[in-house]
Amino acid sequence: MSETMKPKISIVDYGLCNLYNVSNALEHIGANITIIDKPHDIEKASHIILPGVGAFKNGMRGLNLRELVQPLKEHIVKNRPFLGICLGMQMMLSKSYEFGEIEGLDIIDGDVEKIPKINSSNITHKIPHIGWNKVIINENVRNHHLLKGQDDKSSMYFVHSYRVNCNNKDNIMATTNYNDVNITAIINKNNAYGCQFHPEKSGKYGLSILKQFVKS
Amino acid sequence: MVSGNLENKSNKYRMASNIRLIARLDIKGPNLIKGIHLEGLRVMGNPNEFAKKYYNDGVDEIIYMDTVASLYGRNNLSDIVKKAVKDVYVPITVGGGLRSIDDVKYLLRCGAEKVAINTAATKDPKLITEVSRKFGSQCMVLSIEAKRNGDDSWEVYTENGRQKTGMDVLEWAKQGESLEAGEILLTSVDNEGTKKGFDYELIKKVSESVSIPVIASGGMGCLNDLSKVVNDSSADAVAMADILHYDRSNIKLIREHCQENNINVRDYEA
Repeated sequence: MSETMKPKISIVDYGLCNLYNVSNALEHIGANITIIDKPHDIEKASHIILPGVGAFKNGMRGLNLRELVQPLKEHIVKNRPFLGICLGMQMMLSKSYEFGEIEGLDIIDGDVEKIPKINSSNITHKIPHIGWNKVIINENVRNHHLLKGQDDKSSMYFVHSYRVNCNNKDNIMATTNYNDVNITAIINKNNAYGCQFHPEKSGKYGLSILKQFVKS
Repeated sequence: MVSGNLENKSNKYRMASNIRLIARLDIKGPNLIKGIHLEGLRVMGNPNEFAKKYYNDGVDEIIYMDTVASLYGRNNLSDIVKKAVKDVYVPITVGGGLRSIDDVKYLLRCGAEKVAINTAATKDPKLITEVSRKFGSQCMVLSIEAKRNGDDSWEVYTENGRQKTGMDVLEWAKQGESLEAGEILLTSVDNEGTKKGFDYELIKKVSESVSIPVIASGGMGCLNDLSKVVNDSSADAVAMADILHYDRSNIKLIREHCQENNINVRDYEA
């Protein structure tokens, strides 16, 4: 593929996290990467990835300081492709209860809360949830183009202490099960997607999600 | 009732989340090395050739440990990590000689997902909290090198098992958790490289004292050692070195062994 033919993916840098692994994985699957941090960069971008690890509050602060919240919302309203990863996914929700109540990008109706430490069978488990978990894809989106390449062995690498709750179940594409605690794994609204896991660190199945997003 | 107890036990195992199978690569200069009791080093070759193989076989994570970094006061793994992440798309942890937020930031920028800190944390425990607050607790692995005292206690060592600290391992593990470490990499200096199995008691005691994940490291000689450290000592992850490097087993066989023994692991077909 010539350089000009490669799809262009913009990764948002809001000062919080390490962008190297996401951009490295995207380059590996044949995308051209631009790192962006200004409102007008977002206006020009076709595909945007919002990565992130760390606290919701710091993430939103980083976006607000750079005046990126409104341009990101507009990007999504225009139905341009968007992928939030981990904290990037969580910030797509209306609000979070991490250190008090904080407003999110409000792209998807719902909230972010701490993973319950005790499951329905009263077993205490470890938080953060770190490790590989099987992703259970909802039947109605099994043929969705983002999920092409996934099968019944699809496991992804999760690292998080908070989970996403969607008020509209139609926004949930896939879930995972951490010791019987339900965790939202992939969310979607129009052309906006979010993954709780790290596709860039989830081997071939994760790379496939990125590949399919780049094609969208 | 005995049968009832057994049933409960197996239910508990089914409940358990996936155990992570981790390849540990100890590095000196440009080379993968392997020693006994973290010393007496033998050169194995280019670490990234090993890492690539383990990734293709379906390893869950990789740990790179710079074995001489603390001696020279810096970590030399950045070049190795930069190359590794071109081939390896699972999480990479880097340890050895990291002393500051800037050291951590630099290695994360090279592509590491987490850092393992031992010596610097024992000298300045605040560093654990600083790293955790700045980069997230998932990123802060507290590396503990434990050496058994005569009685049923263990002392924290640094500098690859060469330097005593006078600190008690259980106390330090608990303190590490309260300082917001995300996991503990627990290496038995006594068992490391001996192939005689893990220090099961050590792993069990630490695992029961903290609620963050514990990675068992040091001494895995055969597949049964793995089932034992998971089932009896409640390890959340297992770090494997020479059993992989010397090809005494491989990730595929280890995964099958786990599945046959009711230990949950990631489903994977190479």
